[in-house]
Amino acid sequence: MSMLEVRDLHTSFFTPSGEVKAVNGLSFSLDKGKVLGIVGESGSGKSVTAYSILQILTNPGRIVSGSIKLHGEELVGKSNDEMRKIRGNKISIIFQDPMTSLNPTFTIGNQLEEAILLHTSRNKKQAEERAVEMLRLVGISEPEKRIHQYAYELSGGMRQRVMIAMALACEPDILIADEPTTALDVTIQAQILELMLALQKEMGMSIIMITHDMGVIAQICDEVIVMYAGGVCERGTADAIFYHPMHEYTRGLMRSIPQMNDDEKTRLVPIAGTPIDLLHMPSGCPFAPRCDRAMKICLKEKPREYWVGRDHLSACWMNVKNNACYEERPAEGTMEVEDP
Amino acid sequence: MSETASPFTPNPEYLVQVNHLKQYFPISTGFLKTTMLKAVDDVSFDIRRGETLGLVGESGCGKTTVGRSMLQLYKPTAGEIWFDGKKIDSKESLREFRRRAQMVFQDPYSSLNPRMTVADIVAEPIDVHKLCAGKKEREERVRHLMKLVGLNTEHATRYAHEFSGGQRQRIGIARALASKPEFIVCDEPVSALDVSIQAQVINMLEDLQRQLGLTYLFIAHDISVVKHISNRIAVMYLGHMMELASANELTRHPLHPYTISLMSAVPVPDPQESRKQKRIVLEGDVPSPLKTPSGCPFRTRCSRATKACAESCPAMREAAPGHFVACHNV
Repeated sequence: MSMLEVRDLHTSFFTPSGEVKAVNGLSFSLDKGKVLGIVGESGSGKSVTAYSILQILTNPGRIVSGSIKLHGEELVGKSNDEMRKIRGNKISIIFQDPMTSLNPTFTIGNQLEEAILLHTSRNKKQAEERAVEMLRLVGISEPEKRIHQYAYELSGGMRQRVMIAMALACEPDILIADEPTTALDVTIQAQILELMLALQKEMGMSIIMITHDMGVIAQICDEVIVMYAGGVCERGTADAIFYHPMHEYTRGLMRSIPQMNDDEKTRLVPIAGTPIDLLHMPSGCPFAPRCDRAMKICLKEKPREYWVGRDHLSACWMNVKNNACYEERPAEGTMEVEDP
Repeated sequence: MSETASPFTPNPEYLVQVNHLKQYFPISTGFLKTTMLKAVDDVSFDIRRGETLGLVGESGCGKTTVGRSMLQLYKPTAGEIWFDGKKIDSKESLREFRRRAQMVFQDPYSSLNPRMTVADIVAEPIDVHKLCAGKKEREERVRHLMKLVGLNTEHATRYAHEFSGGQRQRIGIARALASKPEFIVCDEPVSALDVSIQAQVINMLEDLQRQLGLTYLFIAHDISVVKHISNRIAVMYLGHMMELASANELTRHPLHPYTISLMSAVPVPDPQESRKQKRIVLEGDVPSPLKTPSGCPFRTRCSRATKACAESCPAMREAAPGHFVACHNV
């Protein structure tokens, strides 16, 4: 059984101008020890997915329907007190901006110990020892001194390390990283990603990596979900998504990023148009207005996910039309369907 | 690299030449105490006509300051800017330079006045430099500029908040083009945009360059974007220039230890390539620009640092034809 099972999740924000369906029918599962990447543009619903799992949505957002199961236990419908025992303990989150997610009025040690004292039976002294141990684990020098420092005394990379230490202090089963390196420079990003992978192997946890950077996905993810306008375009193993993309949006994304190893000056192929207005969602495929290969049915009816390989699903009418998909999960050893 | 002894002689092949540019900012560090923050410390480079020079480096390395000092948005502490064979030093030369050199800013949300219509934003350089004789001509020019950057001319009377990020950046580019400049400093023009929109703006900048014969200084931290758009790339670290070479040469065969680690840290959007990639992870953080190390600024994080690196700051020298590097050990 998977560690985390999300089934047909719908999360909406009820704004004065109407219902914004930020997550619109998302399903996925996450196995132990895997790194799952969620990639998409701003407004695609990737962060809202993370907030829904932890139920830290702010008003007027709420989960409308769907199920989120952790070790088979349903999380949707749990009270805030019950969720509090899960947050930071079973599932932790690292936010994008390390500058604003630490409290400036408490020392680093104080903030680290808070999580440990809340979720474990350690006493104050043991909690401090654990805080020092965690800081050492994330590669912070002189941790005994650092626990008495404040956030402003640390650089961006160091703060993100503190955030990781805090998130991992209670040895969670799942770590959600919401764009953890977007605010950092590439050399610091390389440090942080390496650290996350090393800790993941050591502690055997699973990671949900939310990012818009295909490079980061390629570097650390086993599985990938490509999101657009709150829904899944395509999901599967990283190799399947990168080498056999079966959705026009994924293909468009790949074509629009500059490649480092092209010596010739090739022209980028952008995706035409602009991301969709979530207040005015069409009845068909949300990507259809920007899709070069859109057909009549794409504008009328939203495609459901079909299997295109043993570990690969795609929601695109093109695959149905080309007979390039399966209703059921294909047996082991089935070849990936070829892009016609 | 023009390491010529003074007096500096301009080279007609180059549109812009920067000669030993220094930009220091006084920072108060205590009661009646000020320290000089050396944002840009002795940087020289040239940009050929019609070329795109990429400028990369991590946050705080001084790349934005170079762009701003070049356009005289700050008064440089020392050094000279030469534009089209003329030194920018008098009021007249500056006025002329301000028309012929423009800037596109990073944040399309804060660089457009929310109380002005798109037409007025785009026409501002025209009004400032009195480039159009009458109202009709001005209107015509605004319409032409909006078409040039792919904006709907019917939206001329709208305000900036009614546009998406990508469209706002187009407005910013139209404004930069309004005074018919030859040189544009693009300061992180696409980093605030989504990937699919990024490609639209990059393609447009390339098309405009070809159509109008523009010269760009393209400042960005995303190395794959800079590699894509630039002919040559310069790498900065702590206010110093470390390496300058053609885009392919710099990304394929970097020479400076800093550039090597920077290139190895760029994530490749290809899982199999990414697994093969050998990353050189740098230890520690960038030192504070208020307390820069003696000698080479990179020596505190460099694996190849020797005694000589602490003693003197290496000068830029041509290691291979057209490939300049500032390192004692290359």
